[in-house]
Amino acid sequence: MDLPIDFATLRLIWWALLGVLLIGFALTDGFDLGVGSLLPFVAKTDEERRMVINTVGATWEGNQVWFILGGGAIFAAWPFVYAVSFSGFYLAMFLVLSALILRPVSFKYRSKRASPKWRSFWDWCLFIGGFVPALVFGVAVGNVLLGAPFRLDSDLRSFYDGNLLGLFTPFSLIAGLLSVAMLVLHGAAWLSVKAEKGPVLERARLYGTIAGVLALVLFAAGGLYMAYGGVGYRITGDLDIQGFSNPLRTTVESASGAWLDNYGRYPWMMIAPTLGFVGAVVGLSGMWLRSAPLAFGGSSISTVGIISTVGLSMFPFILPSSIDPQSSLTVWNASSSHLTLFIMLVCTLVFLPIVLIYTSWVYSVLWGRTSTAALKTNPDLY
Amino acid sequence: MIDLAVVDLSRLQFALTALYHFLFVPLTLGLSFMLVIMESIYVMTRRPIWRTITRFWGTLFGINFVLGVATGITMEFQFGMNWSYYSHYVGDIFGAPLAIEGLMAFFLEATFVGLMFFGWEKLKPSAHLFVTFMVALGTNLSAVWILIANGWMQNPVGAAFNPDSMRMEVTDFMAVIFNPVAQAKFVHTVSAGYVCASVFVLGVSAFYLLRGKHVGFAKRSMTVASAFGLAASLSVVVLGDQSGYALTDNQKMKLAALEAMWHTEPAPAGLTLIGIPSMKDRETHYGVHVPWVMGLIATRTIDKPVEGIFELVATAETRIESGVIAYDALEKVKANPADPVARGVFETHRRDLGYGLLLKRHVADPRLASPELIQQTAWETVPNVPALFWSFRIMAGVGMFMILFFATAFFLCTVRKHDTRWFLRLAVLAIPLPWIAIEFGWILAEFGRQPWAVEGVLPTFLGASSLTVPQLWATIIGFTALYGALAVVEVRLMLFAIKKGPFHEQETFAPAPEAPATTVAAPAVA
Repeated sequence: MDLPIDFATLRLIWWALLGVLLIGFALTDGFDLGVGSLLPFVAKTDEERRMVINTVGATWEGNQVWFILGGGAIFAAWPFVYAVSFSGFYLAMFLVLSALILRPVSFKYRSKRASPKWRSFWDWCLFIGGFVPALVFGVAVGNVLLGAPFRLDSDLRSFYDGNLLGLFTPFSLIAGLLSVAMLVLHGAAWLSVKAEKGPVLERARLYGTIAGVLALVLFAAGGLYMAYGGVGYRITGDLDIQGFSNPLRTTVESASGAWLDNYGRYPWMMIAPTLGFVGAVVGLSGMWLRSAPLAFGGSSISTVGIISTVGLSMFPFILPSSIDPQSSLTVWNASSSHLTLFIMLVCTLVFLPIVLIYTSWVYSVLWGRTSTAALKTNPDLY
Repeated sequence: MIDLAVVDLSRLQFALTALYHFLFVPLTLGLSFMLVIMESIYVMTRRPIWRTITRFWGTLFGINFVLGVATGITMEFQFGMNWSYYSHYVGDIFGAPLAIEGLMAFFLEATFVGLMFFGWEKLKPSAHLFVTFMVALGTNLSAVWILIANGWMQNPVGAAFNPDSMRMEVTDFMAVIFNPVAQAKFVHTVSAGYVCASVFVLGVSAFYLLRGKHVGFAKRSMTVASAFGLAASLSVVVLGDQSGYALTDNQKMKLAALEAMWHTEPAPAGLTLIGIPSMKDRETHYGVHVPWVMGLIATRTIDKPVEGIFELVATAETRIESGVIAYDALEKVKANPADPVARGVFETHRRDLGYGLLLKRHVADPRLASPELIQQTAWETVPNVPALFWSFRIMAGVGMFMILFFATAFFLCTVRKHDTRWFLRLAVLAIPLPWIAIEFGWILAEFGRQPWAVEGVLPTFLGASSLTVPQLWATIIGFTALYGALAVVEVRLMLFAIKKGPFHEQETFAPAPEAPATTVAAPAVA
């Protein structure tokens, strides 16, 4: 069947859409995770905690779909990546899933009982449900940059040589903490938009400022490690970007510093790390100046910049292999078939705008700060 | 070689997490539409009692809904975690419906569900009804796509194996979407969800009526549930799952196994009502037969035969032999992708490749299998007959009972005898029944699919990830502990909410707008 878009272009589009989904997840569910991580620290009394929870109470469920959809889209468009990464990072995935399973339940069940012990228990579950995924996602991205210890046999079955503790290296911890700092800044920025003015907001400003500074430092440290830490991979030999998806038909070598190659070749890509830094600085100034739009806008830009930096640095790699570079998964060898990518693109072009329209409508209906006073009169709040 | 302990534990984990997930899904599917019905009555009549009814069942819906969402997260990622080779092998087809489900359905339901709970004061009644309807639409569309994915595992249409990428690739996406097995499954599954929710609403209302509490509320809820339940229970059985059973060898095998029909009978085949099937003796002892019925149900004709297990095993044997030829050709293509002869041979035998792979359970290279091994492997295409036989009877028995049950309920509501005590007691006792039938239905569908992950394409044991036994025990124990604890919490919160009743919230919050700030309010409840 003749399709209007060629295979290589579709692969490129789906690589970009993968980025869009990850950024969508980080921008929306990201502040939910950040608010969860901040909950025990910015809110002390039960009233304050309920107020903080209700700033995301009505929308976290929809935001979380970005994560689910991310899983589904990787499955559909990058089945190799789905198969290799989730089985390889097996116990790390289990940690994330457990934390994310606790989160919906905690939101819904926390305020169903008056007992302080009951409520405190679920508050900590909300903290775990925010902090653990934020950390593990970052650690996972760090490991993707380093290369994962897997190899493919001639049936393209993947074998993995690592373990859970092996995921925690100095570089991946930098990435993990950067992810936490980035999302905590974003969460604090959300509270500056949505929480009522008062002590909670002041504490959020404090923690947001700390997180913003940490994000700047860790992002710079990660960049230095990529330059001098001896990481990176490079494709050698012929490349058939229109060919069948079979990773074993590409030759790859590990090459120190190769993650910076793209910035030399395509200088415009420098815009991504620049946004990462500038956004965080804008976010911080929003915190100092008590400007909610600056804080939230800045943390959003920073998030977009940081995630794009990872993707652009690695291009065309998606998941390199550290023990058998030959098995590395790239944009050109790990996608679905031409037809599937095309069908999925059509579906995305039809449905994603609809999703964005009704999501905006829901946010506009719920517009306005959440107040502690409303907790006494509105039976619908958590 | 594949570690079969890892395969068995992966299957155990999938069964546990999927069956657990599906304790919450049916109630979500059905209750969401019942909320739409209840709220529509409110919007049309503007009588506050209907608002109370909608909000109360909405509270119970919410407690159930979050666990469906939470356990659904596991389902979306578990294929990659535990079934890595499966994900690679069929991801090109199987991934698409899962992604579309997220995009088209889950986004809809999850985005609007927050507004459904939080938007009562912010929206006009008609706008809120629209939101509730979007939630119901989203949940049911979600079922469409998940069952398209599952239907493809039962009847893998519209796809072919590509020797260059060593996986199945889509050839006709429309065939995947309009897979007749998927359509039958969708109607069957959502109808079962509607029955489940009706039994739940009816049972809880009956509990209130037995106690003489919230009588007006309970009678109205009971009326909605009995009408909705009667329609749904008829739909489950009449538009049931049967229509897809004549399509593939495995579906035929599943039918033969659930009926314990060892040999092909002359058309129209009879039905074994009850008996004791034995895998060892390959026959059914003490069978009670009803002539004709089976042929009518399975083929909807009186002249087509229904194939028996022995005959289907013989077919499987030929297909395994052909599969070995396909496997040999594929190995040659792998060694030399340009070999035209091997590619030609592979094309001829491609549809039997999966049968050849079945031999990998016993030998690393299927080409070395002896005729005895091929025969033994052919018998391994028979799923566990007694398990299927009894699962089917439990499921179908409950299904038939549900029709009688709702017909009675509908009759009693129509003649305004809501307070018939024997029926109310029965209604409370009947609450667990739909869950039992639904879980056995899934056991029938998926256990009956064995030894295949995807019918005729990929054996289950080949689909697993290269994990270790300790890793699997860690997650099985972890999920079991987490899920077990959440189940206890869930049931207790449900009972707590039911005990407090539908008017609790109004007693707590009604005077709020005029009340002075010093009023000591009871703890608020969402």
